[in-house]
Amino acid sequence: MTKIALIALAGLCFADYTMDELKSVLIMQGFAGISQFSVFLLMALGLAIIFGQMGVINMAHGEFMTIGAYATVGTSILAEKFLPAGLFGWYFPLAVVVAFGVAYVVGWLTEYLMIRHLYQRPLDTLLATWGLSMILQETFRQTFGARETSATMPDWLMGSWQPKEGLDIPINGLFLLGVTIVMTALVYLMMYKSRWGLRVRATVLNRNMAGAVGINTKGTDRATFALGCGIAGIAGAAFTTIGSVSPTAGGLYIVDTFLVVVFGGAGSLVGTMLSAFGIAQAQSIIEFFLSGVLAKVLVLTSVIFILMIRPQGLIAQKIRK
Amino acid sequence: MSITTHRPLGRLVTALAFAISALVPAAAEDWKNPVLDKYPTAAVNTTGLKVFDDKVIVGQLHSATGTMAISETGSIEAERLAIKQINDAGGILGRKIEYIFEDGASDWPTFAEKAKKLLINDKVGTVFGCWTSASRKAVLPIFEKENGMLYYPTFYEGLEQSKNVIYTGQEATQQILFGLDWVSKEKSAKTYFLVGSDYIWPRTSMKIARIHIEKHLKDSKVVGEEYKPLGDTDFKSLINKIKLAKPDVIFTAIVGGSNVSWYKQLKAAGITGASLEKNKQAMLTLSTSEDEIYGIGGENCEGFYASFKYFQSLTNENNIAFVKAFNELYYDKYKGKAVMGDVTQAAYLGPWLWKATVEKAGSFDIDKIAANSEGIEFKGAPEGYVKIHANHHLWSKARIGKMRLDGQFDIVAESPELIEPNPFPEGYK
Repeated sequence: MTKIALIALAGLCFADYTMDELKSVLIMQGFAGISQFSVFLLMALGLAIIFGQMGVINMAHGEFMTIGAYATVGTSILAEKFLPAGLFGWYFPLAVVVAFGVAYVVGWLTEYLMIRHLYQRPLDTLLATWGLSMILQETFRQTFGARETSATMPDWLMGSWQPKEGLDIPINGLFLLGVTIVMTALVYLMMYKSRWGLRVRATVLNRNMAGAVGINTKGTDRATFALGCGIAGIAGAAFTTIGSVSPTAGGLYIVDTFLVVVFGGAGSLVGTMLSAFGIAQAQSIIEFFLSGVLAKVLVLTSVIFILMIRPQGLIAQKIRK
Repeated sequence: MSITTHRPLGRLVTALAFAISALVPAAAEDWKNPVLDKYPTAAVNTTGLKVFDDKVIVGQLHSATGTMAISETGSIEAERLAIKQINDAGGILGRKIEYIFEDGASDWPTFAEKAKKLLINDKVGTVFGCWTSASRKAVLPIFEKENGMLYYPTFYEGLEQSKNVIYTGQEATQQILFGLDWVSKEKSAKTYFLVGSDYIWPRTSMKIARIHIEKHLKDSKVVGEEYKPLGDTDFKSLINKIKLAKPDVIFTAIVGGSNVSWYKQLKAAGITGASLEKNKQAMLTLSTSEDEIYGIGGENCEGFYASFKYFQSLTNENNIAFVKAFNELYYDKYKGKAVMGDVTQAAYLGPWLWKATVEKAGSFDIDKIAANSEGIEFKGAPEGYVKIHANHHLWSKARIGKMRLDGQFDIVAESPELIEPNPFPEGYK
């Protein structure tokens, strides 16, 4: 129904174009929405675990993405130096693993040194992680320089796939979509189908009881937090295909990330997916027909409005209060 | 240190430390002013600035931390290079320049506070600084009230003129009109799509561009005008819109981190310099210089055009010497591969223009510098030759560069004459 309305609307707006051109642009526009959805979902996945499951307001989440991005840049530099030329194109999957590893370790240390002392004080966590984000940003600036850098992209990740004249599907968008699907499936399996996920959910629901039945709650917390950070690292690695790497790059994503998680309903993976999809599609459709700035305004206004009616977000966890 | 100063001993130690640190540079240098008889300090400095027999203190006010550090680092380094070269050549009126650096930290109230410190506490002879319009607007009232002098390096939106500021970058008309005229003639362009980041500089620039296109270019029209929030990284929908509109020219003023996403996504959508060329289209930008391409990667930019007054690849003698000196001074940092953009060069002009003005005025007094600035020339400018206009902006040339794979530009056009600065253009409001 909406699709027909859209085509009719497009017909009105762009009457002087051939049907073929219109079809191509609409397909590309549809893909723009989907790839924005995968960006939102990918960055929200890590936070959905840390904030959604553990309730930790991690203001430094964006910086963990930056860590992943710098790890990717580092790997690309090393690969250029040491890998034989023919193999260079395939360093990127390795970089994703490295990004996850580095972010995981830093996340683990952060939990050990800082977060675990603050579980009972959520507002202090907010301040402490905000401070951490500034410390990390300044550390990046001192270590890697203030300038924006990019990882050298392998050729197969650049350019567009052209099924026919005038229709360009960005390859980095396809790649992002693939990474997002794989990551979402993995997170789903881990959280809902594995013993480990069961332990995490038990700890979140009732810490004392979980401890009483023999779950190592402290260890679970640490691994969960580190995993969330590791996923942020993967998101950072994936984002090097569409954006730049700079000390403050993570800050650009943090607001949207929280928006997606809170709007979806903290603690619900399906909610996070729905909210990422809704926000991304609304934004890219409004932007196409009206303007980018207006799209942001309209989307934020409707999110605020919906949250006023449904403070628990789109999909609420069923908890006995 | 501030924690310990409430104790008398701490205060004493602090005072001693300051006293010693103040003594050290004076003791270390054996500089004797050779022209002291001709320019005694009491005569060249009647308003109590920090001008001594053998040295003059100036201020440098830029962001070394925060978002803007990316852009301002080049300016800081270029100004220090100029100061060093001036000192090596004997200083100003026989006085060596020493600078006090203050970090504006990409935060506009901090800029205002530091400007106050430099002018009121440090009594500096002049200040080289600021980058964004927002920071300049924040310090402007302070410079006017305390009667200081600011050399401001960035190309900006115009609509401003002050006794207390010398603008060494180009104002809007010097950058925009030449670029549009060139693309209209060279590419026979008729339709334009304007894209910018959403803040004062791009919006003002695009306003001027729209008026010029609609009123002054024959049969030309604007087929789209779009702004994206600062730092936004999603351009796919916008790019689709541009594809539908099929403009002859995409005219852009996108800044900061957004730049990288913009170029990468253009390429991913199949829009490259070569594809535009094939369709008789072009993209002209006001904001992507060598500095930005360093982060974007030349492979994403090749074949697009930019309108600036300076490109690192200029081959005049001044520029070759400038690039060489810059690389020598900062060899440890850049290993001889320093990348310099438009603003870095404009920042380099500041100390030289100030020196020439002080020497013409025979005085460090701010009022005399303001009054004597008109007509000051700098023949050693890397961009060629510049002259200060009565409105405190520079006469300078405009150029169009075509981006290369290696991140540098091929210069494809240059204004034949210096272009007069006109910060309040008639009919463009």
